[in-house]
Amino acid sequence: MSLATDPVIDARDVVRSFGETRAVDGLHLEIPTGSVTVLLGPNGAGKTTVVRLLTGALAPDSGRISVFGIEPSGPDGAEVRRRCGVVPARPALYDRLTGYDNLRYAGELFAVDGAVLPERITHAAERFSIADALDKKVGAYSTGMRARLALARAVLHEPDLLLLDEPTAGLDPESARAVLGLIDELAEQGKAVVMCTHLLLEAEGLADKVVVLDHGATLVSGSPAELTERYWPGTRVVLDAEVPALLDGAADLPYVRGYSRNGVATVDLANADSVPDLVDALVGAGARLTRVEPQTPSLEQLYFEIRSRT
Amino acid sequence: MTAITVPKTRTRTPSRAWTIARTDLRQLRQARDFWMPLVIIASLFFVVIPGFLLLVITHVSNIELAKQLSDVVGALPTAIQKHVKGDSGPVQASYALAVYLFAPLAIVVPLTVSSAVGANTIIGERERGSGEFLAHSPASERDIYIGKLLAALIPGYLTAFIGFGLYSLIVNLLVGPKVGGWFFPTTSWWLLMFWVLPPFIALALAMILAISARVSSAAAAQQSSALVTLPLILIAYSVASGSMFEGSIVAIVIGALAWIGAAIALTRASKSVRRERLLGMGG
Repeated sequence: MSLATDPVIDARDVVRSFGETRAVDGLHLEIPTGSVTVLLGPNGAGKTTVVRLLTGALAPDSGRISVFGIEPSGPDGAEVRRRCGVVPARPALYDRLTGYDNLRYAGELFAVDGAVLPERITHAAERFSIADALDKKVGAYSTGMRARLALARAVLHEPDLLLLDEPTAGLDPESARAVLGLIDELAEQGKAVVMCTHLLLEAEGLADKVVVLDHGATLVSGSPAELTERYWPGTRVVLDAEVPALLDGAADLPYVRGYSRNGVATVDLANADSVPDLVDALVGAGARLTRVEPQTPSLEQLYFEIRSRT
Repeated sequence: MTAITVPKTRTRTPSRAWTIARTDLRQLRQARDFWMPLVIIASLFFVVIPGFLLLVITHVSNIELAKQLSDVVGALPTAIQKHVKGDSGPVQASYALAVYLFAPLAIVVPLTVSSAVGANTIIGERERGSGEFLAHSPASERDIYIGKLLAALIPGYLTAFIGFGLYSLIVNLLVGPKVGGWFFPTTSWWLLMFWVLPPFIALALAMILAISARVSSAAAAQQSSALVTLPLILIAYSVASGSMFEGSIVAIVIGALAWIGAAIALTRASKSVRRERLLGMGG
């Protein structure tokens, strides 16, 4: 029996090849419950294969994977899959069936009690704004509706772990918002969420943990704060003043690492403790400051910094 | 908030294999472009062609033609001739045609239907991308295999039994009044339809499911399944003819052998359905 504090996912030295190609090569992944983990990486980094390995849809060539304390590709793998909800990169729906029948099929396969299934379907359809289209064949759905139906299907059985593979690719803003809202909601409920993406903006603010993959291997992993500390040491401050030219004196201060001015001034400092000193120095030089804004790097900036260093 | 009409659903949770089969059958029912040609073929072989031939032959009034039909019956094996009913050449010929010569068609048509459905079932999941959903589901590979098998077997058996029913009706309506009343199905036909045909359909399907789990496209699956089922259809054809001509014991023995072969083939084919193949890998 797993303890509540055990990680939901614990993968070590996982390797999976397709012919000569190593899609996953030494993956390490540890994901706690109640967290949102974002797997970042370019196309071909092995993100989809990782999702498939985590549910046991694929078995690893070597290494160890444990999800809820169970080996997904082992004899008890069905229990892992029953507790997982997957939103694949392609929605994988049945076009000849109605939306309702697609959801009912999923509910029955995931052993949702027949007595509560209609209610669950109704709730999921309303939640993702497809209630009006539930009796229409999925072949007539738009891309956004298909994505929302796939989301509804993935959460119908109330999974403990939600795996999303490029969930917002090609979606309209409403559908993308539904995805991000769902992730937030599940994390608040204490469920674990793993999202694969190469769209850094959508991962911004969501991720409790970021795992950067490249050629199937874990390049780095950690919380955004940890990664920022590791790969983006120092503090960046954006400044503006009534007479912007007076800000240029900051470039000569000993604790300033970098300075540029293009409309507003951007100053790189060794650490956040130097911000009051900087403000004092500029005010002392006669500058009337209209903006002092310490900045943390965006996930995108962080990602490219990591990629450039590794 | 929009009100939703929720269809009535049973409260019992069905088995996963049956859920898969039922969903596949529901999709098949929606695919009119797929099943309509199969229905036409079945109608031709079970209803239109036998009905037309029997209608024409039972109403032959030309003496020369009637004599030629008598000669045809006379060319049949003696063991069969003594069972042929009717007091004129055309009636005897129509009786022989109905009881002995159309029997192989009863095997060919359901085999064709089941083969077409079977070849499409797993490969269709892969081509539509829905195989990914099944691969991530808690359904076991055995559940998936049995579900797909049932989804292909049921249309084949339904075709066989509905076709058999219609054929029996036509034969009895057209030939029955000329030979003293309804006479069909005969013992041999009961054996053929319920003892010999079912294992042959299962045998063909086991082979086709094994193939369709390995090949990469529906076209390849259909071509490969044709390669497998054509010899099987020929064997089934000769078996049906033989069991009709040789009698019940032969049919019982052939059926028993076919059941054994089907059981072995189905067991072996169950290993061909693997999750990674649903994802289009590991061919």
